[in-house]
Amino acid sequence: MRDGLGAVQRVLLLGGTSEIGLAIVRELGAAGRLQWVGLAVRSLEKAVTVKEDLERDYVGMEVEVFDFDALRTDDHQQLIDATFAQAPVDCVISAFGLLGADLDQQRDVEGVRELLEVNYVAAVTTGTLVIKKFEDQGYGSLVVLSSVAAERSRLDNYVYASTKAGLDSWASGLADALAGTGIQVLVVRPGFVHTKMTAGLAVAPLATTPDLVAKQTVNALRRGSSLVWAPAAVRPLMSTLRHLPRPVFRAVTKRASKG
Amino acid sequence: MQVSIVGRSRKVVTGWGKTSPIRANIARPESVDSAVFVVSEADRVVGRGLGRSYGDAAQVSGGQVIDMTGLNRILEFDADSGIVNVEAGTSIEHLIETLVPQSWFVPVTPGTRFVTVGGAIGSDVHGKNHHRVASFGSHVRELTLLTGSGEVVTASPELNADVFWATVGGMGLTGLILTAKVAMRPVETAMMVATTERAKNLDAVMTRMIELDPVNPYTVAWIDCVARGARFGRGLITYGDHARLNQIPAGWEPLDVDLPSAGTVPIDLPSLSLNRVTIAAFNELWFRKVPKRPTRGLVSFADFFHPLDMIGDWNRIYGRAGFIQYQFVVPDSRADLIRIAIERITDVGGSAFLTVLKRFGSGNSGHLSFPIEGWTLALDVPARLAGLGRVLDELDQQVVQAGGRVYLSKDSRMRPDVLPAMYPRLDEWREVRQRLDPNEKFTSNLALRLGI
Repeated sequence: MRDGLGAVQRVLLLGGTSEIGLAIVRELGAAGRLQWVGLAVRSLEKAVTVKEDLERDYVGMEVEVFDFDALRTDDHQQLIDATFAQAPVDCVISAFGLLGADLDQQRDVEGVRELLEVNYVAAVTTGTLVIKKFEDQGYGSLVVLSSVAAERSRLDNYVYASTKAGLDSWASGLADALAGTGIQVLVVRPGFVHTKMTAGLAVAPLATTPDLVAKQTVNALRRGSSLVWAPAAVRPLMSTLRHLPRPVFRAVTKRASKG
Repeated sequence: MQVSIVGRSRKVVTGWGKTSPIRANIARPESVDSAVFVVSEADRVVGRGLGRSYGDAAQVSGGQVIDMTGLNRILEFDADSGIVNVEAGTSIEHLIETLVPQSWFVPVTPGTRFVTVGGAIGSDVHGKNHHRVASFGSHVRELTLLTGSGEVVTASPELNADVFWATVGGMGLTGLILTAKVAMRPVETAMMVATTERAKNLDAVMTRMIELDPVNPYTVAWIDCVARGARFGRGLITYGDHARLNQIPAGWEPLDVDLPSAGTVPIDLPSLSLNRVTIAAFNELWFRKVPKRPTRGLVSFADFFHPLDMIGDWNRIYGRAGFIQYQFVVPDSRADLIRIAIERITDVGGSAFLTVLKRFGSGNSGHLSFPIEGWTLALDVPARLAGLGRVLDELDQQVVQAGGRVYLSKDSRMRPDVLPAMYPRLDEWREVRQRLDPNEKFTSNLALRLGI
């Protein structure tokens, strides 16, 4: 149950080894009411370590690991059924995705397709299954990890950016459609976040950390917001970028991509 | 079996604090048979009255909320004994309007008359006269309860006593209260003779209340949480009793519930709806209304018992995030916790709107009934306040250590692990509940949250 101060007892993390996702779980746990964490993961091996860490740090908390492959769409209904079977789930964090840092964006059609299917299609379809469960429960919070790239891409990540743009658009529309129903959809747009996934990439301005993103996310959840930029300053930055004349924008991003 | 049409709707509900909204399936039966029908069809169900519990006690996720306000008939009234038999959805307001003209009044009323008899029993509500007559459940002679197995059980302190006392204060979790026989109390008039005086700080308030309680059937104090320094905890104490016939001016209709207060009204509220009025400003207004000298006057029931009912929807002033009401009781030996609680909450920035302080007398046999002998404090705080969660968790621990408890009917954020220590008879209660409802068909979000 979610309590009167917005603290949650049961949370499901789709993409159970995501650093940002786990940081959000831990931040939710700081209120001292988290009893159950579901980790839906592709790599059960990595999940074991995560599970052990969480159970060690939060005494009395139960962590359940579920097999989840974004590409195996036929299994998604069963997964969501299993995660919601025992009790209402208060919060679901959609944090799985591929960055496609090494993707040959112009030539690797299969690679491009995979990125689309994981980051956009699976995120939207699993999100839809979750919303159906929330409708049955009468409440719930869905956190969708988007990106500033959804607003404006860089030269080296426009396929990734397009998947985030699609996901972001869906989640924002959904948030509006569900306003006043007791179901909350929160779109999180982080800028560059220092994680294992981005290690070695050119660092963008206003880079942040998973913990900071998590703090902002949880505060936004408590406020009942539907959108949060992390850090907040990246919003005016993206707005500026969006309004740059095209040639200027290309010059800026070309330099940024080179690092 | 005659089954009348049951109104069905699906809408967002909350408690009075407007927190933890859920979209609930609501069924509104208008007869006992319909209520039985709704319960038989549902996997998960909870009864709901007028929604004055502050938290999530009268709502359930994924189940059926039964709005009992359609079962609001007075079935029978014995004008000699004062025992009234009512359907559980009957409001205290209705009881007052109907029976005061016949010179009977409710034995106990909380600060609002908009509670149902079922809710008054489930929350075992208390009033300004707790130190004399205990709580609402203590005046219920008998009730009928629809259990999870579809059975209707009649319970009283003499028959199925364990079921009775598990239901008094049982937060609707033992089943659906269908009807109840309540012992009303005789009155000669519809007025109170009441005095209100100022007390300059918390110590003065508490000392004076100890003096007043033995001599006055009704007493309560309102504390100004904004006052600092030497005036910390300054308050207004209101005390009094029912006006006798010879205390009412000649020519007045003595049992007219609509008679306005005469002379100086202890609590004179602004008639406009409160919105955007800062709490400090309101408190100042409230306290300034009372002259420096104690003032005694004839006060209407509405003014004496239900002043906030006159500000429609006052729970809205807290905005979208809603508010928390924190109410606890501690034994006399730990009266120091009253000061500590006010300090801790105001330190974190919570200037509570109309904080209430009262002394309780002994509690009754309800397993989960809230009142025990000692001091009780109730304060409202905006739910958005940063750091509030931690402060209240720490206060819970102190309340537990003091041998006290937090009121479940006001709760929306307590941790499940403090509950057994606060309510030592929880296991006993669980046994009765398990017998009545082994599949836990009757449950609420409060129950799910607290693991009961």
